[in-house]
Amino acid sequence: MKMLKLSGLEAMSVSSETNFINIGERTNVTGSKAFLRMINEGDFDAAIAVAKEQVDGGAQILDVNMDEGMIDGKAAMVKFLNLIASEPDIARIPVMIDSSKWEIIEAGLKCIQGKGVVNSISLKEGEEVFIAQAKKIRRYGAAVVVMAFDELGQADSYERRIQICQRSYSILVDVVKFPPEDIIFDPNIFPVATGMEEHNNNSVDFFRATKWIKENLPGASVSGGVSNVSFSFRGNNMMREAMHSVFLYHAIQHGMNMGIVNPSMLTVYSEIDKNLLEHVEDVILNRRSDATERLLELAETVKGKGKTQEKDLSWRNTTVQNRLAIALVKGIVEFIDEDVEECRHLYKRPIEVIEGPLMDGMNEVGDLFGSGKMFLPQVVKSARVMKKAVAYLLPFIEKEKGGKKSYSGKIIMATVKGDVHDIGKNIVGVVLACNNYEIIDLGVMVAPEKIIQAAIDEKADIVGLSGLITPSLDEMVLLAKEMERAGLSVPLLIGGATTSKVHTAVKIDQHYKTGQAIHVIDASRAVTVVESLLGQKKETFVKGIQDEYQTTREHHARHLEQKNLVSIEKARENALRLNFDSGEIIRPLKLGKTLIESIDLNLLLSYIDWTPFFRTWELHGKYPAILNDEVVGVAASSLFKDAEEILQKIIKEDWLQTKAVVGLFPANSVGDDIEIYKDEQRSEVIYTQRTLRQEAKKATGQANLALADFIAPKSSGIIDYIGGFVVTSGHGVDEKVAIFEQNNDDYNAILLKSLADRLAEAFTEYLHEMVRKEIWSYANGEILSNEQLIQEKYQGIRPAPGYPACPDHIEKIGLFELLDAEKNTGVFLTENLAMLPASSVSGWYFAHPQAKYFGLGKISQRQVIDLIKRRGGDYEIDKKWYNSIVLD
Amino acid sequence: MGQLEKLLRERILLLDGAMGTMIQRYPLDEFDFREGHFEKHHKSLKGNNDLLSLTRPEIIKEIHRQYFSAGADIIETNTFSGTSIAQADYDLESAVYDINYQSAKIAKEVAKEFTDKPRFVAGSIGPTNRTASISPDVNDPGFRGVSFDELVLAYSEQINALMDGGVDILLVETVFDTLNAKAALYAIDEVFEVRGEKLPIMVSGTITDQSGRTLTGQTTEAFLISLSHMPLLSIGLNCALGASLMRPYLQILNDKAPFAISAHPNAGLPNEFGAYDESPELMGEQIEVFLQEGLVNIIGGCCGTTPDHIAEIARIAIKYKPRIIE
Repeated sequence: MKMLKLSGLEAMSVSSETNFINIGERTNVTGSKAFLRMINEGDFDAAIAVAKEQVDGGAQILDVNMDEGMIDGKAAMVKFLNLIASEPDIARIPVMIDSSKWEIIEAGLKCIQGKGVVNSISLKEGEEVFIAQAKKIRRYGAAVVVMAFDELGQADSYERRIQICQRSYSILVDVVKFPPEDIIFDPNIFPVATGMEEHNNNSVDFFRATKWIKENLPGASVSGGVSNVSFSFRGNNMMREAMHSVFLYHAIQHGMNMGIVNPSMLTVYSEIDKNLLEHVEDVILNRRSDATERLLELAETVKGKGKTQEKDLSWRNTTVQNRLAIALVKGIVEFIDEDVEECRHLYKRPIEVIEGPLMDGMNEVGDLFGSGKMFLPQVVKSARVMKKAVAYLLPFIEKEKGGKKSYSGKIIMATVKGDVHDIGKNIVGVVLACNNYEIIDLGVMVAPEKIIQAAIDEKADIVGLSGLITPSLDEMVLLAKEMERAGLSVPLLIGGATTSKVHTAVKIDQHYKTGQAIHVIDASRAVTVVESLLGQKKETFVKGIQDEYQTTREHHARHLEQKNLVSIEKARENALRLNFDSGEIIRPLKLGKTLIESIDLNLLLSYIDWTPFFRTWELHGKYPAILNDEVVGVAASSLFKDAEEILQKIIKEDWLQTKAVVGLFPANSVGDDIEIYKDEQRSEVIYTQRTLRQEAKKATGQANLALADFIAPKSSGIIDYIGGFVVTSGHGVDEKVAIFEQNNDDYNAILLKSLADRLAEAFTEYLHEMVRKEIWSYANGEILSNEQLIQEKYQGIRPAPGYPACPDHIEKIGLFELLDAEKNTGVFLTENLAMLPASSVSGWYFAHPQAKYFGLGKISQRQVIDLIKRRGGDYEIDKKWYNSIVLD
Repeated sequence: MGQLEKLLRERILLLDGAMGTMIQRYPLDEFDFREGHFEKHHKSLKGNNDLLSLTRPEIIKEIHRQYFSAGADIIETNTFSGTSIAQADYDLESAVYDINYQSAKIAKEVAKEFTDKPRFVAGSIGPTNRTASISPDVNDPGFRGVSFDELVLAYSEQINALMDGGVDILLVETVFDTLNAKAALYAIDEVFEVRGEKLPIMVSGTITDQSGRTLTGQTTEAFLISLSHMPLLSIGLNCALGASLMRPYLQILNDKAPFAISAHPNAGLPNEFGAYDESPELMGEQIEVFLQEGLVNIIGGCCGTTPDHIAEIARIAIKYKPRIIE
């Protein structure tokens, strides 16, 4: 039997005699935050140094992964591989090109002169894709990692593992003629000792599958990521190291011959304490039913050497001042009242408890956060402890009178007029409050005059504005003008999802000459910005900002000159012309409106996309990998646990009410418009949707898209269909949030809001599937995993007004009328066309197989004039809706 | 098993010797490279030897004839620089198809003149003059002068023309950058699929100096592994080194390669005038050493070798058995 051979500048062979092949994985943006930062900042020298360290540290294969939404993965992969090719010390070992995106894999394969490994392919998307990819990989001369994954999902039992591996192997060897020795299986290493019975046999299943593969699939190797197995013991490194060694020991015995192992998280098998070894092996080998409980008990006793766990009460054995500090840093509310009470008697005045031990504790939190050792959810928990402590003391302070807490500064915060989104604003408020700033929160949909009045009345030191939808950008510009007119000079902070440094520099800063507007990218930056603005070095800081914004403006101006728009007429000539016939157009099973009243939330759980949830909390990384991240993993896991708990309550106690309306209608396109008809005889146009067309200059063969292109033209004589929807999971949120806030529990208040948003998105995803499979029924055979749904693998699209494919918020008005959405869902539009309650989603359905998401990009003023004219509006009144998309 | 595979197990096969060295024996001027085809071309074409297949086919045919007469089983087409990438130096990308098609055609015509034993024509596929895995600019190590895709495109064009012209074998030779060779193999596999026909493939690399590595830094074994994904007829070494210096690397291939092994060394190292002057007898002695050891299946000559060298090698080779292929 031939053996696997790989090469960099030098040869590497894998045989039964070679020891375990260790794959270095620090050059992986999904696994290493530090590496991601280097790539993000373009610091390739540092990135190369990481690769060098890996090789020096004994890595025999270098895993390179550039899968991160914020970077151009393909370009980063090519650049990094080209650079390490010039480093003989690194290039001597083979490369493993690691990506879930085929285009990145293929770009990487074109850069390596040696024989590398592709990580990975699978039957996830069916045989056709699998065969095509395998064939190309062989043509490029690489080996391949095959995941035990098929159309139904990831293999999680012994039977599924061997069935999928057998099937993959047969296809590769018999159909693709792939050399069997170039196949490496990854039969999925899953966690054990999770407390869930169905996980107990995870390792044993892996071992058995490994053995089966080695015995039945001649030539193939077996690999995997070992650290997964100890997932449930995050934070207890001693335990994890023991589990890794034990797992690896048995896995190698069963035939695993390569894998990703962090050498610093591994002990020597023979050196593991006998008692610990027995307990760990009981779990890994699933030798007794109480193995997990016994290991957990043992973990308590060995954790001394690892990190402390929450249930450890040893921290109570110290002075009350220290206990307060620990409670604040760790976010423990359990003992706060009794500790504050005890402390109160040690000081002359109750205010001194706040100014003394509590502020000391919060300063420590601030320092830890500032130095990246604490993360946002932990800080918000600390704030909850602080608020509770202050609330306990307040009655005593008032009784005593004269005692008034002194703050480092006063900050007005508001979500601007017409906008209802406040999660980000609340987080910033909490973080600033933690740092001893007094926060006057004016809430959401706050009119400019109210903000200005509050700034004057309260003698505020800073005003902070937040907004999520694009019309809010104009509100901020307006507010800046008004502040200048009112003669204010306090700094104006700008934050929220659609805001940017460029917009602040180009559009807002110019209108606030009496003061300084500053864009704040996230909550963690807010503290430093506020400190700088209120501290000694304010002038230097503001000067720095002014210089930076000047450069930004110049850069922006230069950039504009380079922007190439073709005329709208040219763009229309280059519209996408699709084929519309019986194969492409499917008549909806149920035309007209369908109401969905309150859905069982349990159905939505598997549709939740968790990655944006973590982003809300400023924890960056993909779910579920983020739970294991070396930097934010602990914080993310703890947040996730809290989220799951509250989610259970939401479901059990019916906290939220969901509602949705779907409408499917006959439609045809007429130029850039879509006419929506009352019936299939097209007797009456009930709404005309105006769509915007891309005007950027396109490469040959690329069309200038508008949504209207996805609907059959009226002139074709063919009848087509379109859909619309409004979904909400926001009813009931405010009531619960108010209760949390009364209890000084911002943490849970924000948590609930961010979960309600996720549920609205999950409901949208669920509803879209229902439309595809039932209501419209154009894709009833579809089987997609949640991951595939997140990746938008389904047929058809659901663009939302206000987002990149149709940035025109005005279309929401027509959509709402068409669906009678206010009555049917209880969702209202604000004056700036935000949806209230906030956890709501609306959009259009297009079903054509070639309909795809696109970004409109910048468009010309001429197109806007034309659009408003088509709609019969007044340009001077309506033009404000298009400010953020018109090229100026 | 095809005719070639069978022959390879029966005896050591002979490849031809240098083309350039033989062309130098003819007093050619600029017009010889132009006549009838490129008479008004705006760039000097002298030295673009591949063009002679079009402008002076009788010279090329005569050289092929001499090698066959010396005993060669396989001769190479006059297409070492027949890619759009190499021809770009002369602004003659448009001539690529004709060069390869005509070169293949005339080589086959000569082969048919010999009926005593099977004679084969190998389409010569050179490395191009650009390298895909190192930067031409020392200050910008991430830069590349040519991309994999560009190479695949250029090679595909050459391969199709060679196959249209009727070659029996494809020979990817003088590989100094394995990534270039991988692009050539990629193109071959793709062209085979599209045409629905396959030819035997020979690959021959160049170990630049006594570090034992290719120009782009790979060891002989790494080079072998990187190109073993295709079912090759043979893998081997050519150029750069004379026969005796090539021997240690042929031993490595002999140990590891699952294919037949070829060698076509230079006639020694260049002398102070840049010419290769090892005599047929001297070269023959060195080659006899590795024929005795049973290291090769296919033997021939590269720079500086002539029909006399090939005749001498043929005289020796007949005494030895070929290397045993696993």
